Amino acid sequence: MYKYDQYDQAMVDARVEEFRDQCRRRLEGKLTEDQFKPLRLMNGLYLQLHAYMLRVAIPYGTLNGQQMHALADIADRYDKGYAHFTTRQNIQYNWIKLEEAGDLLADLAKVEMHAIQTSGNCIRNISSDHFAGAAADERVDPRPYAELLRQWSSFHPEFSYLPRKFKICVIASEKDRAAMRLHDIGINIVRNDAGELGAAFYVGGGMGRTPMIAPLIRDFVPLDQLVTYSEACLRVYNRHGRRDNKYKARIKILVHEMGAEEYTRQVEQEFAHLLEQGIEPPLAELERIKPYFAEPDFATGLPDRADRSDPDFALWIDRNCVPHKAAGYVSAVISLKPVGGIPGDATSAQMRLMADLAEEYSFDECRVMHTQNIVLPHVEIGRLHELWTKLDAAELGAPNLDQIGDIIACPGLDYCSLANARSIPVAQKISERFAASGKGEALGELKLKISGCINACGHHHAGHVGILGVDKKGVENYQLLLGGSEAEDVSLAKITGRGFDEAGIIAAVETVADVYLDQRQDGERFLDTYRRIGMDSFKEALYG
Amino acid sequence: MKILTGNDLKSGAVVWWDGQGWSLHIADAADAGENAAEILAREESARRVNAAYAIAAELTEEGPRPAHIKDRVRALGPTVRPDLGYEAAARNGWDWVI
Repeated sequence: MYKYDQYDQAMVDARVEEFRDQCRRRLEGKLTEDQFKPLRLMNGLYLQLHAYMLRVAIPYGTLNGQQMHALADIADRYDKGYAHFTTRQNIQYNWIKLEEAGDLLADLAKVEMHAIQTSGNCIRNISSDHFAGAAADERVDPRPYAELLRQWSSFHPEFSYLPRKFKICVIASEKDRAAMRLHDIGINIVRNDAGELGAAFYVGGGMGRTPMIAPLIRDFVPLDQLVTYSEACLRVYNRHGRRDNKYKARIKILVHEMGAEEYTRQVEQEFAHLLEQGIEPPLAELERIKPYFAEPDFATGLPDRADRSDPDFALWIDRNCVPHKAAGYVSAVISLKPVGGIPGDATSAQMRLMADLAEEYSFDECRVMHTQNIVLPHVEIGRLHELWTKLDAAELGAPNLDQIGDIIACPGLDYCSLANARSIPVAQKISERFAASGKGEALGELKLKISGCINACGHHHAGHVGILGVDKKGVENYQLLLGGSEAEDVSLAKITGRGFDEAGIIAAVETVADVYLDQRQDGERFLDTYRRIGMDSFKEALYG
Repeated sequence: MKILTGNDLKSGAVVWWDGQGWSLHIADAADAGENAAEILAREESARRVNAAYAIAAELTEEGPRPAHIKDRVRALGPTVRPDLGYEAAARNGWDWVI
């Protein structure tokens, strides 16, 4: 994985000291909260319902064991012994003290981490495929390109005060495991007819209060023009994006209102201009980055099957292990969704175990998924049973990847000052309900996503089944949505009808599941059945 | 009644105006009445509280109960982690929030 050079480290260290000084001035009263707020947000420090919350960037979700250990130590030293993995492959701490924030950031910097660009109207932490470098179906590892864009976007002076936040995702496969087309810019590294690698640009996607699927604006940008084309996309947005209304300020609104064709025309015009300026970093920089993401030294001649005599282990393999490009290996998903658990939360002890397991079983590497689970990307099939045994003992062995128990849920009203309703208790109760009834076993792939407000951090628009919490005259109410997908078959979910109270939404999800079980045909996932039969059968069952 | 809440500047902890200072316990919250704006301005200026605001509350046998669920969650802590809240045990479970 990428290692800081002296410039990276110097920049992060300098930022830590700058923010430490800003915190001191705030505590001494030399800065008002109005003056301090944008400064703390530039360093990932929010003020949430119960305390300050720090969001730490995990570039493209990749961590090594030392970093995961450091995150666990921070959970113990500065928080309450746990942390929350987010839907953008980052990690959040919920109980941070302002007077300790400088020390915390200094501890992060020691392991080449920071909280820059995890808030504010800038280019946020760049996300990617959590199976990058391991997936059997990828064209190339997308992370060197994500890293190049990370370096370009870090502290970019022109893009530090955009109309709104800006999220970029880079993948390199036909399978989309990163919700690529639901980003402000989604980049897919593709090959042209000549076999050359380039970048397909999708611009203007997003969730939030106005969900949009990003249209393709260019199907092939040569890789030695990747940064230039990205800059052109940002420049047109920075020039025309609305600043008068924060709810209309995302690039998706600009592309929608201007029209993708006109937006593209202006981007191409700006691109032609920028090509003359020569802003692209030399290809040598990309070549410098690539070796950091070189394949590990995979062993050969390994067994390609595990002993499946233990049925619980066999189920975990079937559900949580995915094919790897190297024979004898799989990528193993550690579920942070035990039955009745808090999606994405991990204790410091669990984080230390995951760090140790990454070091022991996965070439010192783990990944954070946007679905709030952890991946060990390179595990020998022959060692899976001992790995699973250790995970299971730590309540990290739930066999539920992409099942109804694998629920995405934002922190909701339990933690978040923007939320209107609680997300976590709904997730817990659905998980418990389906586990107790055994019905979850029959459902197969069903992606359930819950947001506690319209900002959609829980990706409810992209759920096969989505739940949106709203405030109905001071009482929590939940809208039900069906038919979304964040994958290569991307679609936006539609609302079924009037909302439900907490007990009602849990019963409604069960009703929807029953309709699916009753109507599905051979091999159909929930989403397939929904797309075949439409909304009406579900509405009839829900509302009569 | 009208009560005042905010966050402690250093720790970020949720605090409640008790008539003389800021308490971690909502049971101590005092009715700020017509003086809310004046108290908020003075206390913010003196950096004794951060991001403070006034809310409506009902005076019950258990003490003040905020009108909005968001402030009731703030008072007790995350409903999904009763081990972390300030007053979970004292409130006889989470029915008070809902």
